[in-house]
Amino acid sequence: MMLAALSSFATPNFDYVKLAPVLIVFAGAIVSVLVEAFVARTQRRSVQIVVTFLTIAIAFGAVLNNYTAKREGIEAMGAFALDGTATMLQGIILVVGVLGALLFAERRVDPAGDAFAPRASALPGSSDEQQFTEAGWLQTEVWPLFLFALGGMLLFPAATDLLTMFVALEVLSLPLYLMAGMARRRRLLSQEAALKYFILGAFSSAFFLYGAALVYGYAGSTNFGGIATALSKMTNNEGMFLLGALFVAIGLLFKVGVAPFHQWSPDVYQGAPTPLTGFMAAATKIAAFGALMRVMYVAFGGARWDWQPIVWVLAIVSMAVGTIVGVAQSDIKRMLAFSSVAHAGFLLLAVAAASKDGLSGSLFYLATYGVTTVGAFAVVSLVRDATGEASHLGAWAGLGRKSPFMAGVFALFLLAFAGIPLTSGFIGKFAVFSAAAASGATPLVIIAVIASAVAGFFYVRVIVLMFFTEATEATASVVVPSGYTRVVVGVTAALTLVLGILPQPLLDLAANASTFLR
Amino acid sequence: MSMNAYVTLSAVLFSIGAIGVLTRRNAIVAFMSVEMMLNAANLAFVAFAKVNGDLTGQVVAFFVMVVAAAEVVVGLAIIMTIFRSRHSASIDDANLLKY
Repeated sequence: MMLAALSSFATPNFDYVKLAPVLIVFAGAIVSVLVEAFVARTQRRSVQIVVTFLTIAIAFGAVLNNYTAKREGIEAMGAFALDGTATMLQGIILVVGVLGALLFAERRVDPAGDAFAPRASALPGSSDEQQFTEAGWLQTEVWPLFLFALGGMLLFPAATDLLTMFVALEVLSLPLYLMAGMARRRRLLSQEAALKYFILGAFSSAFFLYGAALVYGYAGSTNFGGIATALSKMTNNEGMFLLGALFVAIGLLFKVGVAPFHQWSPDVYQGAPTPLTGFMAAATKIAAFGALMRVMYVAFGGARWDWQPIVWVLAIVSMAVGTIVGVAQSDIKRMLAFSSVAHAGFLLLAVAAASKDGLSGSLFYLATYGVTTVGAFAVVSLVRDATGEASHLGAWAGLGRKSPFMAGVFALFLLAFAGIPLTSGFIGKFAVFSAAAASGATPLVIIAVIASAVAGFFYVRVIVLMFFTEATEATASVVVPSGYTRVVVGVTAALTLVLGILPQPLLDLAANASTFLR
Repeated sequence: MSMNAYVTLSAVLFSIGAIGVLTRRNAIVAFMSVEMMLNAANLAFVAFAKVNGDLTGQVVAFFVMVVAAAEVVVGLAIIMTIFRSRHSASIDDANLLKY
């Protein structure tokens, strides 16, 4: 009996080369934890930086290796799919991850240290905190947390099983919740952001999980291929499936930040330390959108006629909320949060299109949006006054007169968000809109174009504020950063321009990559 | 025996949890409600595993328990820091971030 059970046990099949990018980042995260335990405090920061960048570099090498060898396949007993889309998204996430890590490493912007609290456990405003600040302590635990989040993000768009996807969702979210509460300045705001992010995030992942349970009850499998097969065969219990699919989608739409599931994003964007906001805003959106598309295309593709109208409505609501509420914001980080809600709406057009063009368009869009977002938050982290970051828009009035270069770079990012030609944002929007139009969603595209025009108003408003207002006492100044942030600002600005003028190589890459295995 | 009863129970637990998150003002209670939602999902997974006659659902339940434990660690850490700096774990008191 026992022997029979053992002999019928199939050993799972792992192709470690295909899993390498994810495994390398998790291995790096574990090394990083060990560094926390065994390296002296004085050297910890530099060792952590070396470990982090080395990990990302090796993982990127593994992604390139998978790409050049055109490795594809479903691994780990149908839990992990390596296909064109997964490889490309992993590459994009690692590039954004490197830019985010560079912002994390910045130490010259704040005279007291980096962007994170010297000890997250010390009470805000206490004498303990003061001592830690004076002693120059740094919370180097952000590095292992960063790597764990990055590993979860690499796994998320490649997960092809609801359980793997749930675990990846939590692995990427939990470190982000913690890091959101670790800002050096305005710690109460930061802690509040962490609490809101955590409660709402846990709430939405519970929805995801219950949805997964219902889908499993309907299909008898948590595997996307199995769900798609069941969907094509079965006709009973449709209600249970639809409810489950809706709950799964809610969990993912929350992470993407689609209205009406965006309530956390303005608060978290504003309260979290700015380097983290930049990284999270870009990388979470890329990973979660990849996961959303995989679920919708691969697992629930057979029920397209049921979910497409809902996606239409969500896209419209998201674009409307993002642009209309965004206009009323007086804080630059909140404004960028609503801009990201609007962008999530534009990206949903690609899901609504449910075509290969939609997929490749959204891959391009995600790459350019991610790069521009990290760049924009890098500039936000440099605009400061005596109390720290000056994120209030009033302090940005006249910035263009005071520091024309940085204000100019920020204006470039805003124009890219608005989708002005010769910036990468225009090409991304064009690719997604034309894919949606080709699939017959013309009314949706018309609404999207109107929404982009309205959104253009609030980006231009900031540019006008920066350049056509006299600088006053209240105008913040731009701090001269160290090489880390300079590299980020330079690279993101260059990519935003280059991808706007010469988008073809990346468009071709996205077109070739736009496949899903099932 | 019919599995409907188990699935119905899990749906009831999930709804109680969801209503708890939306209505209770104490962060710890809201968080407990989230845990209840996760456990409702576990119950549904196990019941469906019995219906479907395979083990996937039961394995999922184990994974969910581990993930929920990790979530407790992170969640209580965040709630503790908030409580220590504000002397309150009420969600309504955390109201600095708004328009």
